[in-house]
Amino acid sequence: MISYLWLGILVLAAATGLLTGRIGAVSAAVTAGAGDAVTLCISIAGIMSLWSGLMELMEESGLAARIARVLSPLLRPLFGRAGKDEAAMRAVSANVTANLLGLSNAATPIGLRAAERIYAVCGGKGSPDEVLTLVVLNSASIQLIPSTVAAVRASFGCAQPFDIMPAVWGASILSVIVVIAAARLFALFWP
Amino acid sequence: MMMQAVVPLLLCLICGYALAHGVDIFPVFLRGARKGLETVLQILPTLIALLTAVTMLRASGFIDLAGQAVQPVLAFFGIPEECAALVLLKPLSGSGGLALGTEIMKTCGVDSEAGRIAAVMLGASETSIYTISMYCGYLSMGRTRYAIPAALLADLTAFAASAYFVRILFG
Repeated sequence: MISYLWLGILVLAAATGLLTGRIGAVSAAVTAGAGDAVTLCISIAGIMSLWSGLMELMEESGLAARIARVLSPLLRPLFGRAGKDEAAMRAVSANVTANLLGLSNAATPIGLRAAERIYAVCGGKGSPDEVLTLVVLNSASIQLIPSTVAAVRASFGCAQPFDIMPAVWGASILSVIVVIAAARLFALFWP
Repeated sequence: MMMQAVVPLLLCLICGYALAHGVDIFPVFLRGARKGLETVLQILPTLIALLTAVTMLRASGFIDLAGQAVQPVLAFFGIPEECAALVLLKPLSGSGGLALGTEIMKTCGVDSEAGRIAAVMLGASETSIYTISMYCGYLSMGRTRYAIPAALLADLTAFAASAYFVRILFG
């Protein structure tokens, strides 16, 4: 998928460059873009590792597990038949917590395990609403600390890279509400 | 003022909580920080590939043309023209979205309206198509039913809300 996307972008760039007569600029962009990627990685490395270190502390100290326990009763009503299954709900809470904390490396394996458990509880066939709820919940973002974006902003000399947080929260909460509401509504007409 | 206190307080809170719960915080922090560095190294080749492609696309004028083409629709949702290509790319590719968003922040300025909206869009949305295919592929569920339309509706909400919140909070 990503291979087609990449080739697509390269071909579009070359074709448009030829048509608009900007192929010289496109050629110069090859060197500039590759160099920019390295500069970007060096400048975000510090803040990215700092957050990663803090996340490790949250997991090791049990703070992440504690947040998961608080979230569990809020999530239960969303999962119908699977809401009564303790193992499934523990995995769902851990997945949502990892997403909230921006631990995307941890969130995906836990999420897949949660999906597997819910799928089994719901009979293991078809495309049950409970599984799709978890899937769409993971397709919307619910991140408390947008550390990667903040790191990129800081790398361009932004004085307050985290000042976008309230806007990120507002937009995330709205999108999560919309995705759950849409899933519920579409489920009625989409067997 | 309040927002500026969040990050330093969070640092103190996380470290204090861990120490109070018997974690030897310094070595544990270092272990996590090393993982973070590895993540940065892991995304470097991807960013080289995608940022090169996106920078070429920008230089060719395509991003501006595409922006103008979808502008009437996006304007309805309050999304600026500069962020048009990001709306199209982000649901498909996380690192591609990051590369393009980075490019927007650089070109328009981090504290410009479009730069801020691009940053909030990146923070408030997931790579939804990719996520859905990964989960459904893992469970070998053939049909995703309403998952993709619901997720795309949520992405559009996140993008429109990003523009809205940036305008009211920084406008």
